[in-house]
Amino acid sequence: MVIERRWKKWVFFYIPLTVFVLGTLFPFYWMFVTAIRPDAELYRSWRAVNNAPFWTLQPTLEHFRDLMAKTMFPQWLWNTFFIAVISTAISLACGLLAGYALARLKFPMAGALGTSIFVTYLVPPTLLFIPLADIVRDFQLGNTPWALILTYPTFLIPFSTWLLMGYFKTIPKELEECARIDGATRFGAMTRIIFPIAVPGILSAGIFAFTLSWNEFIYALIFLSSPERKTVPVGVVSELIRGDIYFWGQLMAGALLGSIPVALVYSFFVEYYVTGLTGSVKG
Amino acid sequence: MKKPIAGGAGSAAPVEVALPHSGTSQRRALTGLLENERFLAFVLLAPTVLLLGLFIAYPFVMGVWFSLSDISVGNPAHFVGLRNFVKAWNDSIFRTAFWNTSFYTFWATIFKLALGMWLALLLNRHFRGKRIVRASMLLPFIVPTVLSTFAWRWMFDPTFSVLNWTLYKTGFIVAKLPFLSNGDWALWCAIAVNTWRGMPFFAITLLAGLQTINTDLHEAASLDGANGWKRFWHVTWPLLKPVTVVVVVFSIIQTFSDFQLIYVLTGGGPANSTHLLATYAYQIGVATGLLGEGAAISLCMLPVLFIVVWIQLRYLRRLEGA
Repeated sequence: MVIERRWKKWVFFYIPLTVFVLGTLFPFYWMFVTAIRPDAELYRSWRAVNNAPFWTLQPTLEHFRDLMAKTMFPQWLWNTFFIAVISTAISLACGLLAGYALARLKFPMAGALGTSIFVTYLVPPTLLFIPLADIVRDFQLGNTPWALILTYPTFLIPFSTWLLMGYFKTIPKELEECARIDGATRFGAMTRIIFPIAVPGILSAGIFAFTLSWNEFIYALIFLSSPERKTVPVGVVSELIRGDIYFWGQLMAGALLGSIPVALVYSFFVEYYVTGLTGSVKG
Repeated sequence: MKKPIAGGAGSAAPVEVALPHSGTSQRRALTGLLENERFLAFVLLAPTVLLLGLFIAYPFVMGVWFSLSDISVGNPAHFVGLRNFVKAWNDSIFRTAFWNTSFYTFWATIFKLALGMWLALLLNRHFRGKRIVRASMLLPFIVPTVLSTFAWRWMFDPTFSVLNWTLYKTGFIVAKLPFLSNGDWALWCAIAVNTWRGMPFFAITLLAGLQTINTDLHEAASLDGANGWKRFWHVTWPLLKPVTVVVVVFSIIQTFSDFQLIYVLTGGGPANSTHLLATYAYQIGVATGLLGEGAAISLCMLPVLFIVVWIQLRYLRRLEGA
């Protein structure tokens, strides 16, 4: 270790780190304070003498109650959850099979196929949303959850394939060869020997895919039109603002509740998420 | 990536002869088929290729066709050549959007890289509570962008901005700052929010890169008299460059094609001064219904994305070759 003086450690380490932590977390704190603050306190002039914006003296759950009872927020939560889970499951299944094929099997065009899956990984949704909206309508999928369940895999599959392919390559080939000598079929060796070993990789890809589909916005904004079909991000944007009026208390309550499920999933599986995140960019 | 041996692939034909066609049950025949490497690969890749073909390749072709046609909601497409692109080029809002997109991407990427690198170096040290700090730093990246951007919009609110309040009370300003009501300010605000959201991604991936660097190298360098900055520049940075390039490319693509942040923060306003290509394409293609023109505007992102991806693929190839 390199030995340092104490003041240096404060200047170059503790203070910058504290600033980073505060800067990162302040918006969440602000969300929370706004959500529990009564309206009378929210819209008080910023020059008012008794304005104390960083805390509230009369915390209230009114905004949360309104959100759950008077809006379709619970329905949006369920929609988001349903769509995220199914599209993640589809993407994992496809990614597992494709990742295995690309990592282990020899077939013509393997390299080209791998590269093209990688390239589709880099195609942003905003490039294709206009024609895709038309296609979704042609397939009679408009305004149904299936419009999203089938289109989310376009950005989830390339990523999970890539991640799982990397994972499969770290598993020694000998394991499969042993199983094959013992009479297992190729398919059997894959499903019974390799997939169970790859569970951590599958979990990483799954957590990452779940958070991505929970956060997706533009497809959900365009493909869904009835309020009761919307996902949380779209519902909050389009239904909680009436006319030009922003009900900030309710909006922040919605932002908080909409973030908590994904933050919970993340907090349980931080290590897997980080593996997924760093694995997603490994060449 | 594994590459097939050129030419060798075509000579795999004899394998098919060995298929147990005489199998008594269909099940045996299927198992036999699955033993064939090429058939198995075909089966395993089919769902992926089908989904990606249907919802990426096909829309891409449609998008190119749309951009060359005058299709709008309720009206069929007629080929109009490059008219949509010419129209976009003569449109001052499009030019602003293109400029904004480049400006936004450039500065946001620089800030994310600089701050992300700094944070990664800080997190690479040992201190108490490191795991919880690292986990909480990723929160902006986990939480839906739309929702966290709303919190920022509220913090930038013209009347009730907490930032204005703080600056006013601490004596830094005497009048409110026009965060979102002035076009230039609004774009910088968007860059700030994007940096806040994307910086953890840089920090965590760079941290993963840092952790693979052997600490002996640093000790050797410091024994040779290298100070902190020299150790970073001559030891850490060269080893970190490959992962940095990949992260930067990903970030450029995400930032250049960004939609949701601007959609929520400014909606392209005030007076269309903060549109990005994606939000302008949405306004023309979806809100106005001019599908052809909208598709043309979003396809204008393609050349830039193409160059970035090409550079990355080339760079990765060179690394593999070395």
